[in-house]
This record gives sequence, C-alpha cells and structure tokens, in this order.
Amino acid sequence: MTIQRNDWSLQRKGIIDQERHKERVREAIRKNLGSIVSQEAIILSDGKRTVRVPMRALDEYKFRFDYHKQKHVGQGDGKTRAGDVIARESQPGQGTGVGQAGQEAGDEYYEAEVNIDEIAALIFEDLHLPFLQEKAKKAVQSKKTQFNEIRRTGVIANLDKRRMIMENIRRNARAGQGAKFGDIKKDDLRFKTWEEVMRYESNAVVIAMIDVSGSMGEFKKYIARSFYFWMVRFLRTKYDNVDIVFISHHTEAREVTEEQFFTQGESGGTVVSSAYQLALDIIKLRYPPADWNIYPFHFSDGDNYYSDNDEAVRLAEELIDTCNLFGYGEIGEEGSSSYRRASGALLSIFNDRLKDKDHFSGVRIDDKEDVYPALKQFFGLRGIETPA
Amino acid sequence: MEDREIRNLETSLDQIWAVAQKFGLDPYPTRFEIVPATVMYEVGSYALPGRYSHWTFGKAYHRMKTMYDFALSKIYEVVINTNPAYGFLLETNSPVQNKMVIAHVLGHVDFFKNNIYFSKTNRRMVESVSTHAQRMMDYEFKYGRKTVENFLDAVLSIEEHIDPNFFIRREISAEEEKHRAEQRPKEGRYDDLWSLDGRNPSPTLPARGEEVKHHERLPQKDILYYLMKNSPTLAAWQRDVIAMVHEEAEYFIPQMQTKIMNEGWASFWHARIMRELDLSDNDHLEFADLHSGVVSPHKGKLNPYYLGYKVFEHIERRWDNPSQEEREKFGRPGNQGREKIFEVREIDSDVSFLRNYLTEELCEELDLFVYELVEEEEWTISEKRWERVRDQLVANMTNFGFPYLEVEDGDYHGNRELYLKHCYEGTELDLRYARKALEHVHTLWGRPVHLETIVDEEVTVLRYDGEEHQEE
Repeated sequence: MTIQRNDWSLQRKGIIDQERHKERVREAIRKNLGSIVSQEAIILSDGKRTVRVPMRALDEYKFRFDYHKQKHVGQGDGKTRAGDVIARESQPGQGTGVGQAGQEAGDEYYEAEVNIDEIAALIFEDLHLPFLQEKAKKAVQSKKTQFNEIRRTGVIANLDKRRMIMENIRRNARAGQGAKFGDIKKDDLRFKTWEEVMRYESNAVVIAMIDVSGSMGEFKKYIARSFYFWMVRFLRTKYDNVDIVFISHHTEAREVTEEQFFTQGESGGTVVSSAYQLALDIIKLRYPPADWNIYPFHFSDGDNYYSDNDEAVRLAEELIDTCNLFGYGEIGEEGSSSYRRASGALLSIFNDRLKDKDHFSGVRIDDKEDVYPALKQFFGLRGIETPA
Repeated sequence: MEDREIRNLETSLDQIWAVAQKFGLDPYPTRFEIVPATVMYEVGSYALPGRYSHWTFGKAYHRMKTMYDFALSKIYEVVINTNPAYGFLLETNSPVQNKMVIAHVLGHVDFFKNNIYFSKTNRRMVESVSTHAQRMMDYEFKYGRKTVENFLDAVLSIEEHIDPNFFIRREISAEEEKHRAEQRPKEGRYDDLWSLDGRNPSPTLPARGEEVKHHERLPQKDILYYLMKNSPTLAAWQRDVIAMVHEEAEYFIPQMQTKIMNEGWASFWHARIMRELDLSDNDHLEFADLHSGVVSPHKGKLNPYYLGYKVFEHIERRWDNPSQEEREKFGRPGNQGREKIFEVREIDSDVSFLRNYLTEELCEELDLFVYELVEEEEWTISEKRWERVRDQLVANMTNFGFPYLEVEDGDYHGNRELYLKHCYEGTELDLRYARKALEHVHTLWGRPVHLETIVDEEVTVLRYDGEEHQEE
C-alpha cells in the first residue's frame, strides 16, 4: 500500500493519438468536401479563419443491435406507468447540411474545427480556368521578390551567416592560421540581396451573373451565393490578377458591387437576355476578347419569360463565341429532382440548342451537396469531357 | 499536492486499509498514484496505461478531455486489475474525495481478486500491453503506420467476438497436446521410410473427428481466434496483431461481464468504510454529497453504480432478515447477510446477479421499466411487470450487450468463403453498421464473407465480396 506522485510531464501518448484521430478527421473532411463546401458556417464565416462544422463522428463499425428496434430498460421517479412516453425521437429534416443530425440516435456528431484556408486548398487542388489562352496584351500579374544574389555589402538583417563563416575560415586558412573560425573582419561579411521579378500572365475576367427575381427563394440564393463564394475565393487564391464583374438581373440587368451582389434581394420577373446583353456590352467596352480571357457564369432558377428564351439562346451563343467558357447553373427547389422540372426551363433549352458547343457548360443544382460538383465541372479539366 | 498532504493521505490509507480488512475485504496490495488530469484521462481512455497507439484511443481521450475541460463530467478514479493493483487519484481531488476514492478502489480490487470471472485474468497485464505496444510499433516501422492502423481498424471491429471462456480451451489444448505427444512414437531419422511401403499404417493417428483442431471446430464463437488461425490471406505479423488484440480483449471481458456488480460492490464498501472513519462534520457532509452523486438514479437511464449498490444492499437485508416463507422453504436462519454478499461477489456475473437477485420489491422501489420506440417517434414504456423487466435487463446484458455471432463455415460453397451466423434472439442488427463491419471482416478473410441474420422476420444473408454488397 503506497501513495506515489511521479513526474508525468513526459506522458504524451493521449496527445499523440489525438493527433492520429485529427488526421483521420482531416481525411474524412477530404472525402466529404461535397457536404462541407456549402456549410453555412463557412459561407457566412465573414472573414473568420476557422469555423466549426458538424461532422458525423468517425464511426467505429461493429456488429451491433439496431438501437431503434431494441427494447431497453430504464428507471423512473417512482410514478411511471406502461404507455407513458418518456422521450421523443428527434424529427428528421431539422438538421441542415450533413445528413440529418439526430435522426439516428446511435450516431455521434461532433463539431470539427476546420480552417477555411485548408478546405480551400483541398477544393482548389484540381480547379483551374479552362481554355485559358495567351492573349496579346499581358497584364502584370505580380511582382515577386527573389533572393538570388550574394554581395559584400547589404542590410545587416540579411547577413548570410553560413557564407560569412565559410569566408572567415577561408581567409584564416589563407593567412596561414589554419582553417578555423574566428576573428571576423568586415571582409568576411556576405549579404543576401534580392531582385524584383515580374511575372506576366494572361488577363482573365469573370463575369458573375445572378438572377434576383422573385422566384429565387432563400435556398436558391444561398446556393448561388455559396457557389460564387468559392469561385471568388478560388480566383483570388490562384490568380493574382483576375477581374470580376458582378451583374444582377431580374427583368433588367445592372452591374453591382461585390457586396450588393451577395446581399441584395429583389423581386419581379425574369428576363435572362438582359443580363447577357449587359455582359456583352461590358465585354465590348472594357474587355476586348483579343486581350482577355473571358468567363461568364450565370445562376438562375431557369424560370425565364417564355418570349425571351430565343433571345437568351441567341445571346448565349454570342457569349460562347466571344468567351472562353460560358457556365450556366440552374438551381432547383430544395430537394427536388430534375424530372420534376418543366421542360420550359432554361437549362433544358440550352442543353438542347447548345449541345454541340464545347465552350458551354450547364449544371443543375438541387441540393447543397451539388455545389462542389458544379465547381468541379466549371473549373475542371476541359477539353476531355463534355458536359452532359 | 504538498508532501504534508501526501503524508496525511498515507495515514488515511492505512486506516482505510485496516477498516477494509476488518470488514473481510481481501484486495491485492494497491499502489496509488496521484496524477494530473491529462494522465487520468489518458489512462481512462486506454483502460490500461502503455497500450499500443490507435486513433480510436485518441478519439476517446479527446472526448473525455473535452468533457473535463467544460466541466461536464469528471473521473475521480481509475483502477487497474493487476497484482499489485493500481489506483489513480486526480491531483485536484479534495482530501475527502481521495479517501472515498481509495475506499472505492479497494472494493474494486477485492472484486478483481476474488470474483471467479477474473480468476484467469493476466495480473501482469500492464507489462503485457507494453510489449504489445512495442511490437505494434515495430510493425508500424516495418510495414508503415497507415497499413498497421487500417489493419487494426478491421481487427478492432470484431474484438468483442471472442470466447469469454477461452482459457478453458487453452488448458485443454495444452493437455491434449501432451497426450498426443505421449502417443506419438519416438521419431527416428529414417522412420518416414516405413510409410513408403505401407508397413506402418500410422497406428497412432487419432480416429477421425478427433483430429479436428480446436480452431477448426465449427460453429465457432471465437471469430477473432478463428480468423487468426484460418484466414487464407494474413501475413504472420497480421496474425500476431490479432493475437495481441485477442489477449487484450480476453483481459477486458470479465470487466464487461461484471460492470454492475463491480461498481455496486465498490460503492457498497466505500459507503461502509467511510462511515467507520473519523470524519469532521464538514467532511461528512462533503462525503454524503459525493456519495449521493455516485449512487443516484439517472432519470430515464440506468446507473450501474446505483443498481448494483441497491441489489447488494437488498441481498444483505434479505439474508439478515429472511421472511417467514424464506425461513421455512429455504431454511435461511437469518443474520447471514454479510456471508451471502461475499458469496455473491465470488460466484456471480451481472447476468446471474440480476437474474437471481433482482426482485419484485426492488424493481418497484427502483421504478424500473422496459421502453421501446413506437411508430418510429415515441419512446414509450411498454412493460412494467417485474419479471419481464428483469428478463429484458438480463437479455440486454447477455454476451455483454453484443449480438452473438458464430463462424458457421470457413469453406462455404467449397470456395473458401466465410459464413457467419447471427444467433438471432429477437433484436435485429444495425444493418448499416453490419455491412461496414462485414467489410472489415473481408479485410481479415480476404475472400467473400457472408452474414446470416434475421430482418423483418426473414432469414437474410448479407454478402460482401470486396467490391459490392449483396443481400439474399
């Protein structure tokens, strides 16, 4: 029988294995990007670097009983009777995002802390601007500082100690004092200096168009918003110098600021051609195709005025001919599947009439989880696969 | 904690030890360690210090630590079944908490030492797991961390599916081995030549049927062992990993079989030991508060501490003051309460403990009931009759709460496919989990695997061949 107190400060096993668990979580995130991409926590993160998203805990699969079909024994306060309801199963559908939280009592959820930059890096790993071409007029994309020279004078902060020591030893050896270090003189000092390197790259402009008509409900706007959230982020991360033009439209189109683009709500009908016309005008005025790679993207629910459809297709064709890629995303009702869509919706018209255009890409989004595939389709490797 | 406090605690330990012995408790010598919370939670999440690394331990550790950090729950004690035993005390415990924990731990250690289900547990398990950890690390070094980790995922998915009475088999098999060795003729260098011309028709070969080795006998409850011995796909190091996991599972199974009793027993004794100590009024109040925290009913759920505690008290009372009927029918003279509970702690497991001693009176007093999900939305009390409640509780404890699975065939379809059977006893499997677990079994078997079970009252066979799932 003894009581002891030892030094446990070197005990790290739990922490090390916690790290292993975290690694697993990161893997799971990578596999679940589809559902994480459209998490409110991220889209509405407002500049925060890390956010918490609900994730199903990493399951340890075993043969076990179905909790819901099992009879359990419980304990009451002395007054229970047969027939009493002691708890209610939480209703499915309340959870948003990843599956339905709480639907299965046996499922554990926990909040995973994710770094938006990390997620972004994962998402952007294989995205790029398709059909990018060298254009006549090049824009300065970035000025980079490269340390690529050694001089005898310079700023003391940039002292290259290793070289200095080498020089010192060499000088000592030359002076016949043996190859050893000591007695540093000004002659020994070496400094790293830099050069400014200009990098040039082709110009690119993205024209982001969004339908803000009355039929674009909360969910649809949210989808468009999460798509553009990642698109803007992606462009800014990968390309230093990409212009983004924001256009919102109902029956009329106008150019708006980024903030307005993401926050405004409007109502009214839908004339899609108005947006395309404005896009073409802006291109003519500011972004001549000879000098610019142009990427118009448009999100809508496809409820265009019937009489406008022909005009919309015509202008879309014109956009496709002027631009590198024209992307159109059609957002359905939450949870509905495509077969319920009226055949008059824009996507089916586009798919029908633009089907031999390589530089057109149309996707349909019915669910938050479709945002990530849409990103992949628009910014995926092009030229190999043609969109359905 | 200051040295002075440690000395005080040592004095209390001597007192508690003396009181425990006076009561007839017979624990192993026990070493108490005062540790910071991080170490406490580490030992708690690994169940033994020094085990091999795996992310599931990290997950448990993270969860426990978070609960502690947010003051949602706190572990006061962790006890290790070894000889000498180890008790861990949280360094932030108050003196009264420490005394109670020490008394509680001694109750556990007495149980470990004297309960029959623990009689075969390895009392040097800390050393064993640390050699396992070393071996596991060597394998990680040799074959890659991910490889070992993923393989462990598969093994751990069926770690509970071992035979709790494996030791019996191990003893028999050693005996048989000896027997066989005696029967075998001494082999000379050229003895094998005899068989060439049939002059020695192997008279010592056992009759057919006997030659089936244990690990080939079917059906086989010990799936882990069966796979280790018979899997057509595993490398030597993988079989070794299974052997290690098997050994550790064997060690933990008695704890799973006696959870309610073990906690009940420790709580029963910490209460009685603390009463014998000379506590100040304040200390006494603090203790009463702590004690009621440990042994209080959790609304809705069952608290094993409370249930076990109540049953032991009830047994003692019944054997101290038997009813007229019990006196006449069973010849119980009375005043045998202490004797009886010591007998129970020696020979019962949770299943027999509850089946034998959970009475109508207790069921009513504790207000126990059976509940189930009605129409997929309301958890409803479906049964209050005490026999039904008792039987349900016993059923849920059977096979320590896991579905009972057996290997039926290791050469199904004559094609080296594995056929597992769920011995259905009224509750269906979680099929999503079963399919995923079946994938793990496939990793271990390397050929198509089957699982027979009952779904919606129909015999259903889940099959996984490494690529897709099928259901027949």
